[in-house]
Amino acid sequence: MSITIVYTMIALSAIGILAAVILYFVAQKFKVYEDPRIDEVESALPGANCGGCGFAGCRAFAEACVKENELSALFCPVGGNDCMTDVAGILGLEAVTKDPRVAVVRCNGTCEHRPKTNQFDGASSCAVASSLYSGDTGCQYGCLGHGDCVAACDFDAIHMNPETGLPEVIDDKCVACGACVEACPKTLIELRKRGPKDRKIYVSCRNEDKGGIAKKSCEVACIGCSKCFKVCPFDAITMKNNLAFIDSDKCKLCRKCVVECPTNAIIELGFPPRKIKADLPPKPAVKKEAPVKKEVKATEENKTDNIEKK
Amino acid sequence: MLKTFKLGGVHPAENKLSADKAIEKLALPKSVFIPVAQHIGAPAQALVKKGDQVKVGQLVAKSGGFVSANIHSSVSGTVKKVDLAMDSSGYPKQGILIDVEGDEWETGIDTSSTLVKNFETDPKKIIDRINEAGVVGLGGATFPTHVKLVPPQGMKAEVLLINGVECEPYLTSDHRVMLEKADELLVGVRLLMCALEVDKAYIGIENNKPDAIKHLKELAAKESGIEIVPLKVKYPQGGEKQLIKAVTGREVPSGALPIAVGAVVSNVGTALAVYEAVQKNKPLVERVVTITGKSVKNPANFLVRVGTPIQYLIDAAGGLPEDTGKIISGGPMMGKAVASTDIPVTKGTSGILLMQDAEAKRQPMKNCIRCTRCVTVCPMGLEPYFLMTVSDKQIWEKAEASKIMDCIECGSCSYTCPADRPLLDYIRLGKGKVGNIIRSRKK
Repeated sequence: MSITIVYTMIALSAIGILAAVILYFVAQKFKVYEDPRIDEVESALPGANCGGCGFAGCRAFAEACVKENELSALFCPVGGNDCMTDVAGILGLEAVTKDPRVAVVRCNGTCEHRPKTNQFDGASSCAVASSLYSGDTGCQYGCLGHGDCVAACDFDAIHMNPETGLPEVIDDKCVACGACVEACPKTLIELRKRGPKDRKIYVSCRNEDKGGIAKKSCEVACIGCSKCFKVCPFDAITMKNNLAFIDSDKCKLCRKCVVECPTNAIIELGFPPRKIKADLPPKPAVKKEAPVKKEVKATEENKTDNIEKK
Repeated sequence: MLKTFKLGGVHPAENKLSADKAIEKLALPKSVFIPVAQHIGAPAQALVKKGDQVKVGQLVAKSGGFVSANIHSSVSGTVKKVDLAMDSSGYPKQGILIDVEGDEWETGIDTSSTLVKNFETDPKKIIDRINEAGVVGLGGATFPTHVKLVPPQGMKAEVLLINGVECEPYLTSDHRVMLEKADELLVGVRLLMCALEVDKAYIGIENNKPDAIKHLKELAAKESGIEIVPLKVKYPQGGEKQLIKAVTGREVPSGALPIAVGAVVSNVGTALAVYEAVQKNKPLVERVVTITGKSVKNPANFLVRVGTPIQYLIDAAGGLPEDTGKIISGGPMMGKAVASTDIPVTKGTSGILLMQDAEAKRQPMKNCIRCTRCVTVCPMGLEPYFLMTVSDKQIWEKAEASKIMDCIECGSCSYTCPADRPLLDYIRLGKGKVGNIIRSRKK
């Protein structure tokens, strides 16, 4: 009885040793050399696997970084400049810095501004709705409100506001990976430069219809009047197809265009409030406003100073 | 045993409310909007401008390519503008708005109802005439007929199938055409046979139209080569591929056209339009449209000029019922809900259905339990539940490999799903995306 156990042990050990030897030689034969820096770079990356860099995931991005001789074409929007500096350090390359960006929804057609003309009864998906028809309001360019962008976001940074029926971006969480930009069938979402203290000015409209038609379907539509275009001192505004567009790279956040817009299609966010100003003529009002604010709150005063310097 | 197709199929309640209503000529509207894209293929190029005077049957937009069709004015009057307006696609489309003044026809068009039987048997002349008259498939797909009649190189049509199935519930326009315009229809069939150089034509009719079958059988007995085939009632028998399978037993391979098995399919309405184009020199400017619905006062079959706003039809049928939930252009299975009553009747509008709120409203979507009812009813042998999932998750390679492009969008899957899942919505979306991918690959 016990001899059987001994034989078994010997036989199994022999098979084990033999298999180990074979595996050793096979492993030597089929060995694939992998640059150890790939692992290093990958560990420096955020590991979100969001695809915002344009690659299938962080590993694929790390491989691409190691292969390239310079990093100008590669950028991890999640990790940002800090992360890319680390990656450049590992690879001994020069780090390329980019302005941080943030997603902005360019539609302000809330239920009040843009009355519904019909009811959509299909699958609750923007992609499906837009493949079927122009939407449940008079504006064929505006937000459909089924939240494809929300579903696409891996970072919980965009949510539907049930009151307005529009998505809202949480700036602190947004990493500018561009997933929502891809998901929106109406191309309403744009990645814009993050202004100081998350301030931004943008035309919150994509309506390319002529003024009258646009205004009829939505109160806050851009009617293509070009007033903002004329007032902009920095050539940041372009007019195309009855629609104004503010280039966030050129915009100095002077807010001149905001007051000028007759339909309030241009939106300013993150700025201190300026309630009294709106009634006064725009240009002198900006300068008069600053001292008033100073008395009210110290922090806000800093903000206004910043803008004036810029 | 009646013939039918093999795979899948459903049998929705027929609701042919207007089957016994004779075709009525609808009075002219005040103005018409004629879209330049009423067919599959390139949009036509508008030839008129604001202020031009036009007559009925005058060419107002020229075919924009090989797969395209001419558009003729359906009324006489003044062109108000050439601009964008909403059509049944749900998006604003280019078109011609004409204010109606009188009813003056272009010279050379025979508007009498005398039957002209004899014709020249030159296929090229017939096809040219069909091309000039802007005839497209009136079954709903609106494929230009002259393109269909010229088989691609190396292929030869062997048999002509005339689609008188009308398997969509509610719709009766084809049924009425078969009853009231049978003589003209048969001349049209002979014209099509001559153009294709085939000596056999079958007219497939579902067995729920015994009067049409009987009437056409009597008339066809005098003609050689035209046979009436009664078919079992099953949706979507009117699908091109399903009809070929049912009548000839041949199966069109995946991704191929019916001509691959030597068949050409045309709708009865198209055959009538061919007759009018060739024998009467009358372009396609009017068609029979069913206006129906359970609450509609007077369901009817109207002979309507292309471009007439559907509001006009609704008024003629007794006004919009209080309990209307959806207005559908086409039948309940494949038709499309429209967002406004200002959209025009186009060449492809076979019916306007005013659905009651209760029957139209969709139920909230539940989870898929893989009961595979959708697979059982799919007439193309696809797996709709899987196609919906891959379209939702945007896995286009898998969608393509699972033959999403074979879907004929009949809606049997959505109709039958016990969990009320919007299968077809997603499959359509996937089809569009995969189609774009395939086209970009070819370039």
